[in-house]
Amino acid sequence: MAGLHKSDIKNPVLNWIDTRMPVFTMMEKEYGSFPTPKNFNYFWNFGALAMVTLAIMIVTGIFLAMNYTPNTEMAFDSVQRIMRDVNYGWLIRYVHQNGASMFFIVVYVHIFRGLYYGSYKAPRELLWIIGVALLLAMMATAFMGYVLPWGQMSYWGATVITNLFSAIPLVGTDIVQWLWGGFSVSNPTLNRFFSLHYLMPFVIVGLVFLHVVALHITGSNNPLGIDVKSPQDTLPFHPYYTVKDSVGLCVFLAIFAAIVFFAPNMLGDPNNFIPANPLQTPADIVPEWYFLPFYAILRSVPNKLGGVAMMFGSIAVLFVLPWLDTSRVRSARFRPIYRPLVFVLVAAVVVLGMVGAHRPEGIWVVLGRVATTYYFLHFLVILPALGILEKPLPLPESISNPVLPRRGGGGGPLPGGVPAAPMEKP
Amino acid sequence: MSASTLLRRLLPAAMAASVLLAAPAVRAEEALPHEHWSFSGIFGGLDLAAAQRGFQVYNEVCSSCHSMNLLHYRDLAGIGLTAQQIKDIAASKTVPGPLDDNGDETTRPGTPADVFKAPYKNSKAAGAAFGGAAPPDQSVLLNAREGGADYIYGILTGYVDPPAGFKVPDGLYYNEYMPGHLIHMPQPLHDDQVTYADGTKATVAQMAHDVTTFLYWTSNPEAVTRKRMGVRVVLFLVLMAGLTYTVKRQIWSDVEH
Repeated sequence: MAGLHKSDIKNPVLNWIDTRMPVFTMMEKEYGSFPTPKNFNYFWNFGALAMVTLAIMIVTGIFLAMNYTPNTEMAFDSVQRIMRDVNYGWLIRYVHQNGASMFFIVVYVHIFRGLYYGSYKAPRELLWIIGVALLLAMMATAFMGYVLPWGQMSYWGATVITNLFSAIPLVGTDIVQWLWGGFSVSNPTLNRFFSLHYLMPFVIVGLVFLHVVALHITGSNNPLGIDVKSPQDTLPFHPYYTVKDSVGLCVFLAIFAAIVFFAPNMLGDPNNFIPANPLQTPADIVPEWYFLPFYAILRSVPNKLGGVAMMFGSIAVLFVLPWLDTSRVRSARFRPIYRPLVFVLVAAVVVLGMVGAHRPEGIWVVLGRVATTYYFLHFLVILPALGILEKPLPLPESISNPVLPRRGGGGGPLPGGVPAAPMEKP
Repeated sequence: MSASTLLRRLLPAAMAASVLLAAPAVRAEEALPHEHWSFSGIFGGLDLAAAQRGFQVYNEVCSSCHSMNLLHYRDLAGIGLTAQQIKDIAASKTVPGPLDDNGDETTRPGTPADVFKAPYKNSKAAGAAFGGAAPPDQSVLLNAREGGADYIYGILTGYVDPPAGFKVPDGLYYNEYMPGHLIHMPQPLHDDQVTYADGTKATVAQMAHDVTTFLYWTSNPEAVTRKRMGVRVVLFLVLMAGLTYTVKRQIWSDVEH
């Protein structure tokens, strides 16, 4: 009986289970007493928000799938039937439709947090890489989900994006036909997209699990970007961060609800209220807002294969980011040159987003090329060089003993001998 | 400068820049008219009288060319028609019935469960009647157009004489608000085209307003329920956020952070 776990759980039934399969002990260790840096700001809400959004998407998606018909003749009407005849179908659909946008907002902020505070640096490289894989999986899922209502933008978006693969030399056309299951986006395409759209979220759940496992091995980064030195630097996850995440969650859900209930089609394209028509191309084929920056990169390159390569490259650089950034200092707070440049990067991505929403004419072409150039320059040239050129500010001794005055607090560095405040409640 | 102050400084500039950059290039069309709609805003409801008059306009004018395949007669309860009114409206339509014993097609009077009767058998037939371009189905038409209600209203009231020198080809009509100004649909509404039961004067503007209200409802039948529920949900979440924040302050009160 060597393997039995000695459980501390009081309840005899739970104790019996925990002795044989210590899931309760694990939950307590990973989400109860898990030592978490005490200096998180609200940017650290966004991982939890992403997880909640994923759950919302899966639950609403399951109910939508019960009423959806993946057939080119019926898909559009079946979605409208959900909106009209299924009890609260409009609510389920609008939550799911806008949930995709909310998911990307949350994840983009989460990624910004990682970039700004250097969360991708050693020892969290693998954690970051799993995160980038998650982003890719999300993108694939969102793309295929957008095709399902079978409106004009669904159909033409699918046509444009799948056609990108035809840029691959020699085998491009074969690959595209293989993806389509035919010679154009058609019923087999819709069927497989539905199947994969249902499958991918569970791949995402698996990746999220690995993401969290990796996180709980390395421990969280924090706004100072320095390692936890002593137990005084940390707080138990519960109740301190469960409650702090709850605050963020309420605010997030309030915004989410305001969009769902008051402006559910704000982020959508009116063209998708027109049933797909393979004989009529819309004036502008525009992807959903969260793909616009990548779409802009694609169109900024005059060569099709080059554009596709750059578009995928823009994600690929994120995979190797931990090794492109040569600076040992994590948090941008202590990197005087890197800090403004993160915001330049954000500005470049926002500009790319706007470029993606406009026809590639006039100033938009120029802006798109400048922003694309900066995007790659930032990761491939500036970051490697900065590690050598930049002189970081002095790092604090520890999380509970920062050398910098606190914002608004006015206090200077604490004298070395002053003990930090006690961590536990009396 | 901390991250948040930097953000505070950059944000207004970035937003201003994005508004400037995102402003569409000079539009060729007139700016859409801004009607006052009963359904606009988060507390907006639905002017049922206008929606019912709008249904009358649809029923007597629009439906001779435009289908509305996503609507059933039973749905009209949503604009306040009684069960008897709905039965009568449905019964006044002749819809395809089951095949008879010889396998021939039959017809029967409509019931509330039937889909709005379409003017043409199918979109091919509709297309053939209009030189290839079938009039669009109106079920979700309002949501399918940039500008929504204002756009629909604009098109219905936008038939004016073309400016001097503007060549309007045969079979096309000039419309102020149509992108490119050329539209296949001849002016659909004329003063006193319908006779409103409630005595409202049936001007073009009035009918356009009413039918647009009706089309808003057909596109968004859940809107009134949705907004009403939304006010309560958002209020609850805001209160919940406040409460949770208080609890958070309480729990964190003994932590120096």
